[in-house]
Formats: sequence, structure tokens, C-alpha cells
Amino acid sequence: MKPRHKRLAVAAGVVVAVGAAAALVLNAFQSNLVFFYSPSQIAAHEAPEARTFRLGGMVRQGTLKRDGIRADFIVTDTAKEIPVRFEGILPDLFKEGKGVVAQGQLKDGVFIAHEVLAKHDENYMPPEAAEALKRAQKGNQKLAETQK
Amino acid sequence: MIPELGHFALWLALGIAAVMGTLPMLGAHRNRGDWMALARPSARALFALVGFAFLCLAASFVGNDFSVLYVASNSNSTLPLHYRITAVWGGHEGSILLWLLMLTFWSFAVASFSKHLPEKVTARILAVMGWLAFGFLLFVLATSNPFDRLFPVPSEGRDLNPLLQDPGMVIHPPMLYMGYVGLSVAFAFAVAALIGGNLDAQWARWTRPWTTAAWIFLTLGIALGSGWAYYELGWGGWWFWDPVENASFMPWLVATALIHSLAVTEKRNSFKNWTVLLAIVAFSLSLLGTFLVRSGVLSSVHAFATDPRRGLFILAFLVIVIGSSLALYAWRAPSVGLGARFALLSRETLLLGNNVLLVVACGAVLLGTLYPLALDAMNLGKISVGPPYFETVFVPLLTPLVFLMGVGPLSRWKHAELPDLASRLKWAAGATVAATLLAAWLKGGIGIVGAVGLAMAFWIVASLVTDLFERLRPAGGVRTGVLHRARQIPRAVLGMMLAHFGIAVFIFGVTMVRTGEVERDVRMAIGDTTEIGETVFTFRGVREVAGPNYRALRGRVEVTENGKPVTTLYPEKRIYPATQTTLTEASIEPGFTRDLYVSLGEPANGGAWIVRVYVKPFIDWIWGGCLLMALGGLVAATDRRYRAKVRATSTASITAGASPA
Repeated sequence: MKPRHKRLAVAAGVVVAVGAAAALVLNAFQSNLVFFYSPSQIAAHEAPEARTFRLGGMVRQGTLKRDGIRADFIVTDTAKEIPVRFEGILPDLFKEGKGVVAQGQLKDGVFIAHEVLAKHDENYMPPEAAEALKRAQKGNQKLAETQK
Repeated sequence: MIPELGHFALWLALGIAAVMGTLPMLGAHRNRGDWMALARPSARALFALVGFAFLCLAASFVGNDFSVLYVASNSNSTLPLHYRITAVWGGHEGSILLWLLMLTFWSFAVASFSKHLPEKVTARILAVMGWLAFGFLLFVLATSNPFDRLFPVPSEGRDLNPLLQDPGMVIHPPMLYMGYVGLSVAFAFAVAALIGGNLDAQWARWTRPWTTAAWIFLTLGIALGSGWAYYELGWGGWWFWDPVENASFMPWLVATALIHSLAVTEKRNSFKNWTVLLAIVAFSLSLLGTFLVRSGVLSSVHAFATDPRRGLFILAFLVIVIGSSLALYAWRAPSVGLGARFALLSRETLLLGNNVLLVVACGAVLLGTLYPLALDAMNLGKISVGPPYFETVFVPLLTPLVFLMGVGPLSRWKHAELPDLASRLKWAAGATVAATLLAAWLKGGIGIVGAVGLAMAFWIVASLVTDLFERLRPAGGVRTGVLHRARQIPRAVLGMMLAHFGIAVFIFGVTMVRTGEVERDVRMAIGDTTEIGETVFTFRGVREVAGPNYRALRGRVEVTENGKPVTTLYPEKRIYPATQTTLTEASIEPGFTRDLYVSLGEPANGGAWIVRVYVKPFIDWIWGGCLLMALGGLVAATDRRYRAKVRATSTASITAGASPA
């Protein structure tokens, strides 16, 4: 091979490798995105049934029940609420009346959480939870306006 | 008075940084020796002033001066002395000051260890570092002054985040920052070379030890952070693909690529454009990491800043630094030239493969880290990208990388022969297959991914042994002892071998943890036992104990293996009254082949607790591997040829055939 052909071959090899890697990356990316839904959206059947997603909101006061290592509680965005079930140890900063983000799947109207996300700071509201409350407030306002 | 002195020192430093950034650069341009001579003393003065400011802040912490806002927000009179000192970098302002201190330290180091460089080159390098210091000093003074006073003076401080009250946190930030900021040296070398137009093998030889030094600190910093997460966050994971971790991992990936690309530039005077670009990108990613972590864009233990001005300032700084360096690159790079040619199969090509894979891996991490942020910023919805994405991407990218790691060091520069390589590596390949099959048979149930992981680790070791054997084997009729030949191996090669061996240890650890770890969350009453294999954990109840600035419930868990008592673990649930936070303190019995990990969950009724019990096989190998990599870097960076005086002509290409990367 002439030097020019060799260079071309190297360049082509790099392009193919990068192309394959990019396809791999984008494919993995596509199938592993985790979307976020608020309780109101779940109540409106916007959330997918057989896919993992994130749920955010507040843990309603007085709803945490423990049975062995199973925990049941209700997450609310002040407009709608959704029961959550989790098996395992809740993070240190999990408290009733505080914001929470859970990742899992919806099954028969109950959110089966695989993971309840830990927060590092108690004053800090997980952005997803804050977003859910904000959306719900907007929804309530709209509702109030239409009722006027 | 002390805080004001510190503040004043920072203003003085700003002035000196401005001088250091301009006059030496102009001097190099106009051939004015007196202007260029300013670079070194300025760098030393800058380090002294910022160091003094840092000591002032530390003194305020030690003396519990709560009239300083930053001290009042991050310390408390009950905080033990050693944590009062480390609290200096426990918050935003202090950690930026630490960043700055590291930056001035690196400039100081360059000023001190660059006697062998031409005056012009040193002047340009230090000028670039002067500009960086100027930018960060401006940032501190304009938006994050750690010496701001608080009035009225509170009687007590708000305390340091309990998660940071830990020995791991004492050294993790300084190490990581040393690494982050150390990449600024490679950046400054690259920019100076682009300006001066003297990009050659000599330049690469000067840059290599600095880049390796930064890489060592970065490696250690990341490993320490990972270790801290493992024992302090209480759920036993060692890497979460959290954006904050990714922010440190991306510069590491590119710096690793840079180390390899610099080898080609030094040995073969090739890849020059690419090397310079990598140096710019590596430091840009460090800045991006600083921006992501410090701006409050990401919410985590690291995000202190809620002031949007800070984020904007860093973003503007980022745009200026990256934009201007890339513009300079686009302007000057075409004149750099392509360098020596090489065959389709040669060590150059294999190292190019290494670079492509590492950069693609970095791109994949960047995508997974930035895409959710971008979507959120444009109000297009909230998504997250979790560990499954990164794991799906990394295994296929890592596999060819590891394969190349075995072939690369054995292949020749410029031109290699496939049959020759194949025959030299056949024993390594055979040993890899045999060892993997044996391990799979002995252990059972490791699955495809586990087998691939083990094969990768064995392949690295087997090819290293091959390489070592070839180097120690008597050759060419010269009768010398094995020891003599071992001493002939350059330190750079020994360092490379050690670092690659570290990767093998790391991969082995990760594979064993992934395939063999057992995690149980169980409810345990007093006297209850949990069995994992031959290991039996017995819960003996919980009692109250008092720490210096916290109260704790301390559990007692007795552990036996094969019927013999091994240890008693004392996991704690701590409450820090000053911040009203609860903290889970896991108790770990580390071991060469496994860690036993117990942490307390929540109390259940009747004196029982929900307890988390883990057995993690070979997990310490993960950090052991990182340590070996760093050690390898250290050995390589101290190679004799980096300390040698400049020779009139570069002998690199003459020795290239014999000496390796």
C-alpha cells in the first residue's frame, strides 16, 4: 500500500470505530433514560406502565408504615397522591412531610420503588420533588381559574 | 484583623497575577529578558500571598472566629481541632481558595523546576498560569470572599456538614484539586507552545512528567472520593455515576489519553496536533467539572453555591478560557505539521486506538452528564441517566481498550508485523483463556460479563509477564545477569507496567464485587442471626454512646466465619445536634479477599433494627488497583531522562526503536 492509502485506511478505521461507538452509546442512552413524573401526571395516566421512571413529591404526614423491612408511604404533590412501596432501608434524611424522589415502576396503581434517593442536606429539596409541587400548584391555579 | 490581612493578601496577589500574565508574555514576544525574568519571582510571590491568605482563614477556623461569615457557616466550637482545620475547604469559598492555592503551588513548582527550559518557554508558561490565577482570584474577590464579616457576631457556628467530618474528607479534596489544577500545567505548556510555535518532541518530553504528576493526584483523588462514598454514605456502593463523580472522571479519561499521546509525540514526534488538543480539552474538562460542581447546577454534597453570580462567573471564565485556547489552536495548529509517518500496524496506531476509545468513553460520560442538565435548562422536562447507561457503554468500550493494552507495549514503533505479534502473544492468550475457564469452573455462576471481566484482568497480567520475560531474557549473545537486565529497564517502562497491572487489579476487583457481592437488608431482633455463605452475623443490640459533637446509637454485631469468631462490628447511627442531622456510620471489617459491611437502618419495634449486611468480595482491590496506577505514575514521572539537561538535538527518534512508551 502507498502511504496515502495507509493514511486513508487509518482514517477510515477511526471513522468506523467512532461510528460504531457512537451508535452503541446513543442506543444505550436511548434505552436507559429515566423520565420523571409527578403524582398528578401518574393520576392522569401519563406515566408508562412497564418502564422505570422517577417519582417526586412530598411524603404525606402520618402515612409511613413499616412491616419488617417493607415500607409503605404516600407521595403527594398537594393535588394528587400515589402510594409507594419500598423494601429496604430508607435514607437518613427520609422524613414525613419532606421532599422525596423514588425510582421504580408502577404496578396496579402502586409505585414499587427500587430505590429511594438519598439527599445530602436536609434543607435541600430534590429538584424533581420541587418541580412536582410547582406543577401541581400551577394546575390548581388553572383549575381555580376555570371554575371562576 | 487576621481575616483582613488575608483579604488584603488576595488583592495583592491579584495585582501580581496581572503582572505575571502580561509582562513575561510580552517580553517573550519582544525578546526583553528583563520582562521575562519577572515570571519566576511573580510565581513565587503569588504562592506566598495565596498561601498566607489560606493560613489566615485556617487561623480564623482554629480560633473559632465566628465573626467571619464563612467560619460561622462551616464550623462550631465543639468541632474537634483537626476537623476545624479541614473545614477550611468544607464550603464553597474555602474550597475555591484551596483551588487557587493549588494553582499557585503548581506555578511555583513550574518556576522552581524549569531551570532546564529556555527562558522564553518558561515565561510564556508562567504567563498563562498567571492569567488563570488572575481569573480565579477575581472570582474569589468578586463573588466568593471567604473573609466576609458577619454582624452581629453569632455565639456559635452552624457546624460542618457531618458527612464531611471524616478522615477521608481531609485528603480527598486537596488530592483531587491537585489533579484538577495540575492539568493547568499541561494546558499552559500547550498554549505556550502554540504561541511560541515550538511544538516538538522536546516539548513533549518537558510536558510528560507534569501531566503524569497531575494524573497521579487525580487518580488518588478520585479513588479517595470513591472510598469515602463506600464507607461514609452507608449503602456500600463505590461508584454511583453521579454527575459530580463524572465531573472528575472525564478529565481523568482525557488525561490518560494525553499521557499516551504524549508518549507518541515524544518518541516519534507525531500526533502533535492531537496532543495539544487533548491538553486543552483535559484542562477545559477540569474547569467544566469545577463549574458543574460549584455552581449549584448539580445538587449534591459538593454543591455549596446558591448564588447565581458565581455560576455565571465560572461559566464566563470557562467560555473565555476554552474559547480563546481553541481559537488559538485553530489558528496555530495547521503550522504544527504532521510528524513522522507510521505503518498501519505499529505502536502509533495502537496508541491511536487507545486515544479514540478513551475520548469516546469521555464523550459518552459527557453526554450522560450534560444532556439531562441541558434538557432541564431548556425546560424540556426532567430526566435522569442512571448507572445502567454508563455500564452498558463502558463494558464494550473497555474490552478493546484492554486488548490493546496487552498488544501495544509489545509492538514496535513505526512498523510492526502481525505474525510476530501473534507468536509473541500466543502464550499470553492461551494463559488468559485457561485462567478464565479455571476461575469460572472454581467459582461458578459468574456469567458472561463476569467471564469477560476476569479475562480482561488475566490478559493484562499475562501480556505484562510476556513483556517482562522478553526484557529479562538474554539477547544478542551478551551475557549479563537477570538483575542487571532488570536494572536496564527504564523507569518509564516499569511505571507503565505497574500502572497497567493496577488496571488489572482494579478490573479484577470490580468483576468480583459485581458477580459475588451479597447485600441483605434484614430485620434483626437481639440475638438474631443472618447467614451469608459461611459467614454468620449475630445482632447483639444497640446502646447509646456520646461522641465529641454528636450522640450515637451503637449497634454490636458479632461475626463468625466457618464457626470461628472473626470480628465484632459496631455500626452507628449518629445525631449531630448542631445541624440536627442523622448520619449512618457503617462498620467495616476489611480483608484481602472480602469486606464485611454492616450498617444500621431504622429501629423496628421491640428493640429490633433493620440492619444492612453486606459481604463484598475483593472490593479493596478496586482502590488497591488505583493505588498501583498512581504508584506506576510516580515511578514513570521520576524517569531519569526528564531530569536530564536539554541537549542540543533531540535524541528521541534515534532511541525510539528500542525504548518504549
